[in-house]
Parts: sequence; structure tokens; C-alpha cells
Amino acid sequence: MKSYLQLSEVGIDFPTPKGPFRALDKVSLDIAQGEFISLIGHSGCGKSTVLNIVAGLHQATEGGVLLEDKEVNAPGPERAVVFQNHSLLPWLTAYQNVELAVKRVFKGKKSKAEMREWITHNLELVHMDHAIDKRPDEISGGMKQRVGIARALAMEPKVLLLDEPFGALDALTRAHLQDSLMEIHADLGNTVIMITHDVDEAVLLSDRIVMMTNGPSATIGEILRIDLERPRKRVELSGDARYNHYRHEVLAFLYERQRKVEDIGAQKKSREAASASKVRLASQA
Amino acid sequence: MNATLASIRQNPASLVPSAAQVRQFALGLSLPIIGIAMFLFIWHNVAQLIDTSLGKFPGPTQVWEQANNLVAEHKEERQRAEEFYERQKVRNAEILAADPSAEVKIRPYTGKRTFLDQIVTSLATVLSGFVLASLIAIPLGILIGLNQVVYAAFNPLIQLFKPISPLAWLPLVTMVVSAVYVTNDPMFSKSFLNSMFTVLLCCLWPTVVNTAVGVANVSKDLLNVSKVLSLPPLTHVFKIVLPAALPLMFTGLRLSLGIAWMVLIAAEMLAQNPGLGKFVWDEFQNGSSDSLSRIMVAVLAIGFIGFLLDRAMLLLQRTASWDKTAILR
Repeated sequence: MKSYLQLSEVGIDFPTPKGPFRALDKVSLDIAQGEFISLIGHSGCGKSTVLNIVAGLHQATEGGVLLEDKEVNAPGPERAVVFQNHSLLPWLTAYQNVELAVKRVFKGKKSKAEMREWITHNLELVHMDHAIDKRPDEISGGMKQRVGIARALAMEPKVLLLDEPFGALDALTRAHLQDSLMEIHADLGNTVIMITHDVDEAVLLSDRIVMMTNGPSATIGEILRIDLERPRKRVELSGDARYNHYRHEVLAFLYERQRKVEDIGAQKKSREAASASKVRLASQA
Repeated sequence: MNATLASIRQNPASLVPSAAQVRQFALGLSLPIIGIAMFLFIWHNVAQLIDTSLGKFPGPTQVWEQANNLVAEHKEERQRAEEFYERQKVRNAEILAADPSAEVKIRPYTGKRTFLDQIVTSLATVLSGFVLASLIAIPLGILIGLNQVVYAAFNPLIQLFKPISPLAWLPLVTMVVSAVYVTNDPMFSKSFLNSMFTVLLCCLWPTVVNTAVGVANVSKDLLNVSKVLSLPPLTHVFKIVLPAALPLMFTGLRLSLGIAWMVLIAAEMLAQNPGLGKFVWDEFQNGSSDSLSRIMVAVLAIGFIGFLLDRAMLLLQRTASWDKTAILR
């Protein structure tokens, strides 16, 4: 496997009044082109920090990130980010939000008409062509997230970074968007890194699930390869033994090997939740 | 509105407004009227009780009378000016008829400024000072909000200058203007410049501070979007920062304009620069039996114009703001 995106021995310190705080330590990961990677772990384990380092929003203290053998040290449109809370500009319509990104990336490369078509095409891809001239406050949370994804896709990024993209959505909308994302990934073959708290989401979408240990000095605990053929159908898979095995693996890692130190009541609750093999993790807190 | 239309379509008889609508409309109209009526009543009665060296304190009727007088005086003065120019024209025509090569001049009319003239002067002064100040304050505020280094450099200065009453600047402004603005053919009168710069000095700070706070508090997420897109600095400012900072910027502008109007009146009184403030001061010095009523007219006019200025800013904010649902008051 030739690595396309390479994280080597990444560590990061955050300054605190009590001296530097080591958030990540020795995170190494090779990602192939077109691969779909999920990062899963308890809150505060540094998943977002990993994503932000790849995005260039944080600078690694140690080690570094290589994309196509070039070092990543600043944010750039070839590594598009879909933020958890959509982060659309509230004063622009869906079209204008995407346009801002398209103009930035394709200025001088595409004619005005081509750009217009490309923007519309990307909004169609996420099924948002009906609300092209709506502003973010006029559309639902799921729709905003779709526009956020369209904006990221429209930049034709080498790597698509998704920071808990569906975390704030209800279960039905989430399932819908997961299906859309699988379709898009199948069509375009983007390299994707996605942060999630949702075990099912991780198993359903990923080629590999990267499970992170708890901080401080969080690092990669285990990597689980999901060998389920695509296209994947959630209803069929729910009865599939392999699917349930993968899910069990992730849950076991999160709740047995990396159980968060909590007060006893909460611990009991989370253990119960795990043993009842609830579909969703207890909470995102 | 739509609901009303729909109900009309269903039931044409409802073209007649419902009892509830009538009540709401009557209430919306009558409450302010009751408030004003009560104020006038109290004013009228209390005024009777106050004896000054210039007679009784003016009640609403005397003030109304003087307001009409002031307008009449204005018309009279305009009439006189017109006649003055007419006479000159006739005289010049006569001179030219006698000697076609003669040089004729039109002399400007130098009658006294009426109340309405003073209002116009004050408005022109406050608006030019305010616009000039905003042109400085908004870019400065953006710069300070964007950049920690600039902020650290400017912050002590702003904190020092902000609490200074602009009137304290007035003597310095006067001296500097008369020293620096030396020309034979002045485009602006010195008194205008003095008042305007004083207004400018007080207009700067609320706009600078509020714009800077607005710019510095742009949501982290939106800043990250800008970083990921690697937007060029100007696009960043115009597409991300300015729209986000707009509400606070307008808060600053409205505060500035409000302060400017108050300061201007005081500056005009203090420096005897033409404007409403001078009108008040002149009437006070004049000391006729009508003076207090005339001052009261000016006071109410000052209040009303201040109110109109604020409404105008609000209107501007509504037009400029992207968030039409925001409640502005």
C-alpha cells in the first residue's frame, strides 16, 4: 500500500499556565488514496486535534504530516474540512457559500459559466439544488450540513476532513446523510478522514477505524480494518455477523480497554449501556 | 397581513376590521398620545409655579407660539434677502446700461441667521464630523480587532483618550485650526472646522472600540473556514469579518452619532460657533420675555433632531444588515 497521506510520529503540546500539556504523542498513520478512515475515541482524546493538524489549523510540535510527500504546515483548500456545526456564513445563501470556496480554488481555471455549473452540480450532489438561494437560517440542520459538505466537495480536495459531521443531527437525517456520503465516496473516490462518536457510523462507512486511547498523551490504540464489500446497505448489514463482530470490537475497545475514568454512577451506567450493546454511545460528553 | 387577506377571501364580510384589531390599533395609537398629553399637562401646571427673572417659565402654549414666530421670522428674513438681491440686480442693470464696461458685483446678504439656518448649520457640522470620524474609526477598529500587535499598541491610547470630554479639546482645536488653516480664500469657515473637529474627536472612540470588539469576536468556526479556504486578506475582511462585525459596528456608530449631537450643541454654546447651541446662548444673553420660550423651542428641536438622527442610523443598519430578522431598537 503506497501511502498518500502520512502522519509520522505526530505529537503536540498545548501551552498551559502549568507548562506544556502533551495532548497527542507519537501518532503514526499511513493512509492510501481513496481510503475512508474513521477516528473514534472518547471525548477529549485528541481526535479533533489530529484532524486539525492534518487540516493545518494546528502545528504539530513533533513529527509531521506528509500529503503526496509534501509537508503540511498551513491550512489549504486541498484539505477541505466539514465542521461539526456546519460553519456556513450566515449572510450568504447556500449557493454563495459554495461559490466563495469555488472562486477561491478555481479562479482563472474555470469560466464564470463553468463555475456556476460546478456550484450547482455540487449542490445537486448533496440534494440541495431545491434550496440554492436559501440562507442558512432558512434551512434545517441537516440541510446546512449538506451545504457544508457541498462546499468542501466543490473544492475538489485531495483529502476530505469531516469533524463529527453528523453529530448534531437526528438519527433519521444522519442515516440519510451517511448514505449520501457513501454514494459520493463511491463516485468520487475521495480520501476521507472522519471523526465520529457513532460506532455504527464508523463501521458502516470506513475502510479502517482508528481507535484512540484517552489523553493526555493520547495516541492510536488499535486500528480495525473493515472488510465489508461495498456498496454497503445498512439494513442488510445489521443482520451480518461480520458487521456485528466489528461493532463489538470497537465497543470493547472503547468500554473495556479504554474506559474513561468517571464517577461510579456514570461508570455503571456506561457499562450497562455497553453490555446492552446500545447502538449509540451513551453521550458525547 | 397574509392571515388577514386569507380571512377576507374566506369571508368577505371580514373586510370590516374585527373588534380585536380595532382595539389593538386604538391601543397602539392612544398610549403614546396619552403619554404625551400627560407630559404636556404636567409641564403646563408646573411651569405656572416657576417664576424667573424673565417671567414665568414657558408652558406648552407659549412655546408653540414662539415656534411659529421663529418660522415666521425665518420666512421674513428670506423675503428680505430676496429683496436685497433683487435691488442689487436692478441697480447693476442700471449701472451697466449707463456704462457697459463697468464692473458690477453681487454682494452677499448678511442678515442674521434664523433658527432654521442654525439647525441646518448644526446638522451639516455634526454629519461631516461624524462621517469623517467614521472613515477613520472603522478601518482603525478593523485593524485593531484583527491584529493583536496593533491592539496592544493602540489600546492604552484609546483608553486614555476615550474618557476625555471633547469640550476639553475645544481650546486646543481652536488654536490649532487658526494656526494651521491659513488661507486667503477659505472654503470652510474656521468656526465650522472647530466644531467639526471637536465632534470628530468624540465620534472616534465608540466606533473604534465597538468595531474592534466585533471584529475580534468573529466566531472561531468562521475564521477556520477562512483559513481552510486560504482567503486572501481583503476577501477575508469583506466576506467574513465585516458582515460578522456589522451589528457591533453599528452600535458604535449610533453611540458616536448620539454623543456627537450632544457635544456639538455644547461646543457651539461654548465657542460661539454658529449653530443651535449659539442660538440658545444668544437667546439666554438676550434676556427678553420671550427668550425662555424660544430656548425651549430649541431644546425640543435638539431632542427631536437627535431622535431623527438615531432613527436614520437604525434605517441604515436595517438596510446594511444581512440579518433582517434581528430585532433592532
